[in-house]
Amino acid sequence: MASTIRVRATANGDTTEVQALIQHPMDSGFVKDAKGDLIPPHFIQQVTFEVNGKAVFVADWGTAVSKDPYVKFSFKGGNKGDDLKISWVDNKGETDTTTAKIA
Amino acid sequence: MTPIDHQFSATRRLVLKGCGVIALAGLGVLRFGALPALAAANDKWPEEAFKQKGEAEAIKALYGKTAEISDKVKLDAPEIAENGAVVPISVTTTLTDVTSISFLVADNPNALAASYIIPAGTMPSVANRIKMAKTSNVTAIVEAGGKLYSATKEVKVTVGGCGG
Repeated sequence: MASTIRVRATANGDTTEVQALIQHPMDSGFVKDAKGDLIPPHFIQQVTFEVNGKAVFVADWGTAVSKDPYVKFSFKGGNKGDDLKISWVDNKGETDTTTAKIA
Repeated sequence: MTPIDHQFSATRRLVLKGCGVIALAGLGVLRFGALPALAAANDKWPEEAFKQKGEAEAIKALYGKTAEISDKVKLDAPEIAENGAVVPISVTTTLTDVTSISFLVADNPNALAASYIIPAGTMPSVANRIKMAKTSNVTAIVEAGGKLYSATKEVKVTVGGCGG
C-alpha cells in the first residue's frame, strides 16, 4: 500500500520547512452515516517527526483535526539530504511511517 | 601533628576525587537512562486534556495552569469559514523558549483540537487545519519559559464540521 503520508521538506539556509499531508478519515465520533448510525471515532493521536533520530516536532491530535490532516512547521539544523522520519499512530493502534529526504 | 594532617587531607582528596568520578559516571548513566524515560513521558498522548469539554478545563488538564493574553502570540484564522470541517489556522510568536503550542475551539464538543511539542531548535510556528462545529472563539496557547500565553479570535462558521 502506498504511504498515507505525503511530505515535503525543504532546507533554506539553516531552516528547514516541513509540510506534511496524511490520508486519514479523522472520524470524530459525532457524525452519523447514511443510516443514522454514529460513525465511531477513528483519528490520529500522535505524529512524530524525527531528523537523525532526534524528535523535531510532535503533534498530539484530537478529533477536531480535519480529515486528511495537514501540518506545517519549520526547524533549525536540518541539512539537505538528511532523513526526516514521520510516523503516526491512531486511536485504533494503526500506524504508518515514512522517511523523506530533506531537499 | 602536621604530617598526620597532611595524610588526612591526602586521603580526603583521594576520597573526594573518587566520589567525583563516581558521581560523574553515575550522571552519565543517569542521563542515558533518563533520556528514553523523558521521551516516553513526552510521547504520551494527553488523553485527559482531549476528553475535557470546556476550554479552561482542557488548558488546565494539559498544562495545569492558566494562560494570559499576549500580543506576542499571533493567531491567524479566517473571519468566516465557509466549511467548518476544514478551517486553516496558524500561529506564530515572537516569544522565545517556546516548548509547546496548542489550539482550542471553545464551542467544540471537546475544546482541545491539537497540541504540538516544540523541541529546542524548532521554530515556534505551526499551521494546521481543524474542524469547527459552529461559530466559536479559537484560542492558541503558547507555552514559553514555563508560562502560558494566548491569543483568541472568533471564527464564524457557516457550515458546521461535526455532523452539522
